[in-house]
Amino acid sequence: MLYDSLIDKFKDDFIEKDRWKWVLEGLRNTLLISMAAVLIGIVIGILIATVRTTYDKNGPSIRMKSPVAFFFLRVGNFLAHLYLTVIRGTPVVVQLLIMYFLVFASASDGVMVAIFAFGINSGAYVAEIFRSGIMSVDEGQFEAGRAMGLSYLQTMIYIIIPQCFKTVLPTLCNEFIVLLKETSIAGYVGIMDLTKAGDLIRGRTFDAFLPLIVVALLYLIMVVVLTKLVGRLERRLRKNERGA
Amino acid sequence: MNEARDSVFVVKDLQKTYNGGKIVALDHVDLTIDKGEVVVIIGPSGSGKSTLLRSLNLMEFPTGGQIFFDGEQVLDRHVDVNRYRQKVGMVFQHFNLFNQLTVLKNMTLAPQKVLKKSKEEAEARAMQLLERVGLADRAGAYPAQLSGGQKQRVAIVRALCMDPEVMLFDEPTSALDPEMVGEVLDVMKELAGTGMTMVVVTHEMGFAREVGDRVVFMADGQILEQGTPREVFEHPKNERLSQFLAKIL
Ligand SMILES: Nc1ncnc2c1ncn2[C@@H]1O[C@H](COP(=O)(O)OP(=O)(O)OP(=O)(O)O)[C@@H](O)[C@H]1O
Ligand SMILES: [Mg+2]
Repeated sequence: MLYDSLIDKFKDDFIEKDRWKWVLEGLRNTLLISMAAVLIGIVIGILIATVRTTYDKNGPSIRMKSPVAFFFLRVGNFLAHLYLTVIRGTPVVVQLLIMYFLVFASASDGVMVAIFAFGINSGAYVAEIFRSGIMSVDEGQFEAGRAMGLSYLQTMIYIIIPQCFKTVLPTLCNEFIVLLKETSIAGYVGIMDLTKAGDLIRGRTFDAFLPLIVVALLYLIMVVVLTKLVGRLERRLRKNERGA
Repeated sequence: MNEARDSVFVVKDLQKTYNGGKIVALDHVDLTIDKGEVVVIIGPSGSGKSTLLRSLNLMEFPTGGQIFFDGEQVLDRHVDVNRYRQKVGMVFQHFNLFNQLTVLKNMTLAPQKVLKKSKEEAEARAMQLLERVGLADRAGAYPAQLSGGQKQRVAIVRALCMDPEVMLFDEPTSALDPEMVGEVLDVMKELAGTGMTMVVVTHEMGFAREVGDRVVFMADGQILEQGTPREVFEHPKNERLSQFLAKIL
């Protein structure tokens, strides 16, 4: 009896009017927003981390050699601080709403806006990940690069950042997992993400159980699989270090 | 000093202080290094040997005095530091090979990015140098797969890939197991034989005696005595030098 009614409900929730397509589209949007946002976050994060570590480590020597360069570095460092403080000091939902209704008020593509909002948000957290990554690279690596005539930027790009990528990769993947769950608020600005899809079906069929459970299960599967992959990655990286 | 010889470095009244003058690392140092000369710098810990060496390739920016390289002032804001450093190779105590790159990539990165050599050209030169130090078969290895002595030999030829005019060595054998010191010193000896100008901070007195043209003794940020290895080791005039030698020999 219970089983039959569950089947009926399932048909009503997902098969009727091809409502499974909503779930699919929601899943697609959730993945798209998370992935694009984490990429934007990495770009912002590397930039901010580079400015901050340059200021902290090389500020005094740059000041001595070129006051002009030091001035720009200082302005950059101030802006980086401001960005980190604002982003980490306000709820991501509020940031999303501001992006949608104020900054990109005329934009029609909600997914695009969400990608930017989550990307800019993620950048603040990725910046700290990269900062500790850059700090963990042995100072000698930097010195050797500079001593061979590589510029500061070249040394960063060819030597320091590739090395810190290796150490921060697992943490970076975890950031992606966090983002995957965080994007579930995208519905606030009318985007059909996975959560919103479940909620829409609930509103149509008046069945809360199945749609929400299915959505929860889909998140859970993605997170569990990704966590497993990160664990495997971590072990691989550690083995490389030892085996090498 | 013989004026007829070409000087590579002329250091005048060089000063380096830290913490707004509280720590004096270099205290009015004058030093001339001639082309083809092997100069060995000795002295107790904290005497300013590394600071002097690192000032020569501008890894440290001195707080006073002058450095001339091939007759040109290098302590000038308008000097292109990266271009200057191509001509001054440096070898570190802890090798500092780029961990994520193979031996070959370690050697070709700067020639490609800085000297704008083609990959083939850079690799040919690198292989030639690896051949010279007997490590051609390790070209594809990562630094972590090499012994300490091999790492330092690679670090030396990596610096040579830039075809520098001078090579600076900061305690190149201090981090090595004793049985690996010889192989590195042999490479340095061979390099000296080719006429390379070398400035070497080391505690290897055997090397200083055998290969050094001149030994410079530093203490408290000053050069207290310099001369041929014979003069310095057998007839030290400075009291501090005698004490130092008594301790290490
Ligand atoms: N970045 C720095 N900040 C403050 N003081 C420094 C710094 N670098 C060096 N010093 C100081 O300058 C002095 C000279 O140091 P330096 O490293 O040149 O000595 P060294 O002769 O190379 O010694 P060692 O044999 O131990 O390598 C020391 O008193 C050292 O503490
Ligand atoms: Mg030293």
